Amino acid sequence: MSILVIAEHDNSILKAETLKTVGAAQKMGTDITILVVGFNCQSVVDSASKVNGVGKVLVCDNVIYEHQLAENVSLLVTELASDYEHIVATALTTGKNFMPRVAALLDVAQISDIIGVENSDTFIRPIYAGNAIATVQSLDNKKVITVRTTGFDAVTTEGNAEIIALNTVTDAGISSHISDELTVSERPDLGAAGVVISGGRGMQNGDNFKLLEGIADKLGGAIGASRAAVDAGFVPNDMQVGQTGKIVAPDLYIAVGISGAIQHLAGMKDSKVIVAINKDPDAPIFQVADYGIVADLFDALPELESKL
Amino acid sequence: MKVLVPVKRVIDYNVKVRVKADHSNVDLANTKMAINPFCEIAIEEAVRLKEAGIATEIIAISIGDKSCQEQLRTALALGADRAIQIETDENLEALNIAKLLQKIVEEEKPQLVILGKQSIDSDNNQTGQMLAALTGMPQGTFASVVKVDGDKVNVTREVDGGLQTVALNLPAIITTDLRLNEPRYASLPNIMKAKRKPLVIKPAAEFGINLTARTKLLKVTPPVQRQAGIVVSSIDELVEKLKNEAKVIS
Repeated sequence: MSILVIAEHDNSILKAETLKTVGAAQKMGTDITILVVGFNCQSVVDSASKVNGVGKVLVCDNVIYEHQLAENVSLLVTELASDYEHIVATALTTGKNFMPRVAALLDVAQISDIIGVENSDTFIRPIYAGNAIATVQSLDNKKVITVRTTGFDAVTTEGNAEIIALNTVTDAGISSHISDELTVSERPDLGAAGVVISGGRGMQNGDNFKLLEGIADKLGGAIGASRAAVDAGFVPNDMQVGQTGKIVAPDLYIAVGISGAIQHLAGMKDSKVIVAINKDPDAPIFQVADYGIVADLFDALPELESKL
Repeated sequence: MKVLVPVKRVIDYNVKVRVKADHSNVDLANTKMAINPFCEIAIEEAVRLKEAGIATEIIAISIGDKSCQEQLRTALALGADRAIQIETDENLEALNIAKLLQKIVEEEKPQLVILGKQSIDSDNNQTGQMLAALTGMPQGTFASVVKVDGDKVNVTREVDGGLQTVALNLPAIITTDLRLNEPRYASLPNIMKAKRKPLVIKPAAEFGINLTARTKLLKVTPPVQRQAGIVVSSIDELVEKLKNEAKVIS
């Protein structure tokens, strides 16, 4: 049962989610190889080689992989696939982009966003925004899987895997990268933060999100938003928590001025502790919150910040 | 240029789904159905390309039983010129949907195929990427801006941490994210007009593709429900509970 896990990284840092994806892979089998595909990504390779339970790290370091374009990465993974029964990636935007392409090239189904592993061919995944949980068996010889990392524990990093450089260059020549416009933030990544404080439509405008910043900084947390707040143009979409945004499961999730629509709950209901601040006592968010406070957020937030 | 827009019939996004008592699947009997919200954004984008003089013809396509004609009529009312239904009673997997769409792409030769990034029922997020692989086309997934520029299309994508812009050779596949546009409502005259637009029905079996399922749904269960907690009366009490009871802050 050989497993290939494709590392999630930005050419400098191995994303913490990869450790959870390896955690998921360990439930499928034991012979795990990590593939690092990127450009000038030696620091990622060094981190990957220390991931526990990993035998080998394959490295494909070439300028054509700098932006991990799906057209090029999928050709590479497909070429390597013959040696593995499971091809596994993290269900973040990079993996979601190239993995179905890999599955189609291999002529197998993909099982997306798994949150549990029953055995080497049977997986658990949410459907209908998490309002139903499906147990799905793969009938293909090869399994192409993306992992929702909130469902798995990270493996530790005191391993010492063998590093193997590959010279394979798979340039489809049909797409190119133009630019990135990344949000620069001192705060932790939404997906990896231990504390997340999110604002909804109740925040009324983008400026009022500043009220969340002081609290986020005191708790070392990240700031998120509901789809309603994104749709209203208060904040950018990469802050969106929900079915169609980011799925988070921090130790503490604070929902401020968020009613608790199904699609938002899908993105945060696995958080360990949920706090809701809302002036509407009937808001559905209170049905999932461990601690709720019925209050006007414009009074509650400054007071909370001062008392932390 | 010709634009192909595949659309899916799904449960209305406002309806809360129930799991069947025997855990065989979700219960969709007598449930309100609608066009998948991301597919609606795809149609809107195609219509805007036509209004801008870039697209010349918009073809909507859906794969399913007779009931999906309702969503095709919606697409026609929103501005698609004609529609194709690939008829099947099976609930096909993304890979098989992509294989059927590949056949239509070969027949119609569109310069752009615009799809929703995911359907809100199976939440797979696969079909567009699979179709791109099968047709050998580049893909601009999770698009928030689409700009056709000569023989290329520039697509700005919603990625973790921000936005990424890529240039794709045409023909290309685009999958829509939420902020790409805000779909219009179909006007009554357009709804009436849509009834007279052409809708062609092609049986799935006609395409000679092996549509055998590659996965087996063993069971569907309701999610573990969170218990509602307590309502605290003050911020002081909240901070005290978080420190001493939940122990998530220090």
